[in-house]
Amino acid sequence: MSRNRLDYLDELEAEAIYILREVAGQFEKPALLFSGGKDSITLMHLAIKAFRPGKFPFPLVHIDTGHNFEETIQYRDEMIERIGEKLIIGHVQDSINEGKVIEQKGKNASRNALQTVTLLDTIAKHGFDACIGGARRDEEKARAKERIFSVRDEFGQWDPKRQRPELWNIYNGKIHKGENVRVFPISNWTELDVWNYIRRENIPLPTIYFAHQRDCITRNGQLMAASPFLNMDEEDVITRKNVRFRTVGDMTCTAAVESYAFEIDDIINEIAESKISERGARMDDKVSEAAMEERKKGGYF
Amino acid sequence: MDILKFITAGSVDDGKSTLIGRLLYDSDAILADQLEALHASNRKNDDGTIDLAILTDGLKAEREQGITIDVAYKYFETDKRKFIIADAPGHIQYTRNMVTGASNADLAIILIDARKGVVEQTTRHSFLVSLLQIQKVVIAINKMDMVDYSEDTFNSIVADYQKIAAKLKLTDVTFIPVSALKGDNIVYPSTTMDWYKGDSLLQHLETVEVNRDNTAAHARLPVQWVVRPQTDELHDYRGYAGRVASGAFKVNDKVTILPSGFTSTISKIEMYDKEPAEALAGMSVTVHLKDNIDISRGDLIVNSAGEPQLSSAIEADLCWMDTRGLDTSLTYLVQHNTKTVRCKIREILYKVNINTLEKDFDEDFKLNDIGRVVIKTAEPLAFDPYQENKANGGAIIIDSRTNVTVGALMLRQSAE
Repeated sequence: MSRNRLDYLDELEAEAIYILREVAGQFEKPALLFSGGKDSITLMHLAIKAFRPGKFPFPLVHIDTGHNFEETIQYRDEMIERIGEKLIIGHVQDSINEGKVIEQKGKNASRNALQTVTLLDTIAKHGFDACIGGARRDEEKARAKERIFSVRDEFGQWDPKRQRPELWNIYNGKIHKGENVRVFPISNWTELDVWNYIRRENIPLPTIYFAHQRDCITRNGQLMAASPFLNMDEEDVITRKNVRFRTVGDMTCTAAVESYAFEIDDIINEIAESKISERGARMDDKVSEAAMEERKKGGYF
Repeated sequence: MDILKFITAGSVDDGKSTLIGRLLYDSDAILADQLEALHASNRKNDDGTIDLAILTDGLKAEREQGITIDVAYKYFETDKRKFIIADAPGHIQYTRNMVTGASNADLAIILIDARKGVVEQTTRHSFLVSLLQIQKVVIAINKMDMVDYSEDTFNSIVADYQKIAAKLKLTDVTFIPVSALKGDNIVYPSTTMDWYKGDSLLQHLETVEVNRDNTAAHARLPVQWVVRPQTDELHDYRGYAGRVASGAFKVNDKVTILPSGFTSTISKIEMYDKEPAEALAGMSVTVHLKDNIDISRGDLIVNSAGEPQLSSAIEADLCWMDTRGLDTSLTYLVQHNTKTVRCKIREILYKVNINTLEKDFDEDFKLNDIGRVVIKTAEPLAFDPYQENKANGGAIIIDSRTNVTVGALMLRQSAE
């Protein structure tokens, strides 16, 4: 072993910082998509390392479904205050009010699918040419094929059959007007890598990632947080459970897992031994085997 | 713990996806819900066992056609190492996708069907591996179960392959007889081939030494971004941010900025809140210089003790990756590290028939063609020969009409 064999977390960090700086160097008007989830929080931390003592060369953008866990919004606002960067919010409610999307009905109604429209409108309104996101290739098999710089046409669509070749660490960010690029700096990280990095760097997270008591109902075999956003009927029985969340999304489609992991070490142990992958706790991927691919083609992150 | 990046290449039906599926399945890298989806799928092998290939076939079109179209990345780890697999398509029409996957690999696994032995595609995949300078090669001779686990069959394929390896100067080749379908020598040593004394594929991957750190090469830092806060308290702060491509920089090292040729001395190295003594290959750093000189994105900071070639006419190997053929009358863009300039392909020296390795003097450079060319750039590039320093010797060609990446260049030498 030679002297500079970097630890794998150092290597992943250095790669992600390199990608963030490429975005800064290649695009006129980039943005960092911030969901309040651990992956985008990790990105924000990496951006601090990439650009300090300067300011970020991009704003943070949050697509707000209005069906948030309140802990996420509280975290977001405190964090923005602390780092002193610009935040732009795109509201799904605005898209509904403008008649661009229609609220789903029925028991499994969710705003998750609607946020694609709000995202595309926000990109168009501000003229963003690159959007940095926290997607990882280990999450899902359509994502496993996506490039680090992934070009979207003016309808926000991803064409999996016409991806640009991407060689070495040379990322081609050249686009036509109206197109934009989605950039994924932590493509090569696994869920466990993200958690190990959060622990190493001591990055604060929204409290819903840790075990807490919450009123839940069971839907399609999964635990959902009881909330005013969930259409419930008399068949739904509320039970109080010790749970935590593995992803932070719209409250209507983010399932909880029963857990007593109160500390980050407990979470890492739990994941290392876990037998359910992270997106397995997202009901929106369960619809069909090709669900993610279809949504990505439509402009979803 | 470190990371090993490897690519798998093989032709359609060599069982490549099954091999990766087996590797993940037997090393317990498949989670319960993925396994559930696997069991629920109606694709089964002839004997009714689960078709492990489903684990890697990502796109709907691929599942429909039962082939791999684009590179899929897979992640798993054992107690010894973390692995990133680039599962690349083997068919000739997807050569560009294989080149994409191969460009970042430390090791290549090339599959050979034991029933068919060395075929044209084996030669093509091996040629690409040698062109992209992947250090280590594993020849996995698969479907041994279909040839009665015959040692003679294995030995004769090894002998055939060694001729190709010699021709391509592939010096580090390991041969492993496997059955991805039955699980022989993938994770667990085979119980049916006691004549084979070597490691299983996973044992080999866990222990093979790769030199990815590139510290011995000359020090190169492509500038990505200039950090200038321009606040009252940091009025004079000016840091050059980038990822060290190769070698090592220390404080007080004399450096040259290319292409300008200005020289200075490193005064400070920063990594956010740390000030490491050295900036080593692979690290993303911000460096400060003693002198206030004009440096911007696209410049290359090098150690003055070992300067690269600086030229605007460069001989290079070219892999063409677009359905529109190469047009020598057109002006393209070339992107080399963080620098992008206009270029033309001044001359096509020859093409290589990648199935036979013969030279071909046909002037028509089409999709998936590979050959030797001379490029002329609008400004000089500061490069090292790809053979000596991959990190400063690779470049891409972009068609400025479509903005698509149309070519991969492995730079060789100045042609001025």
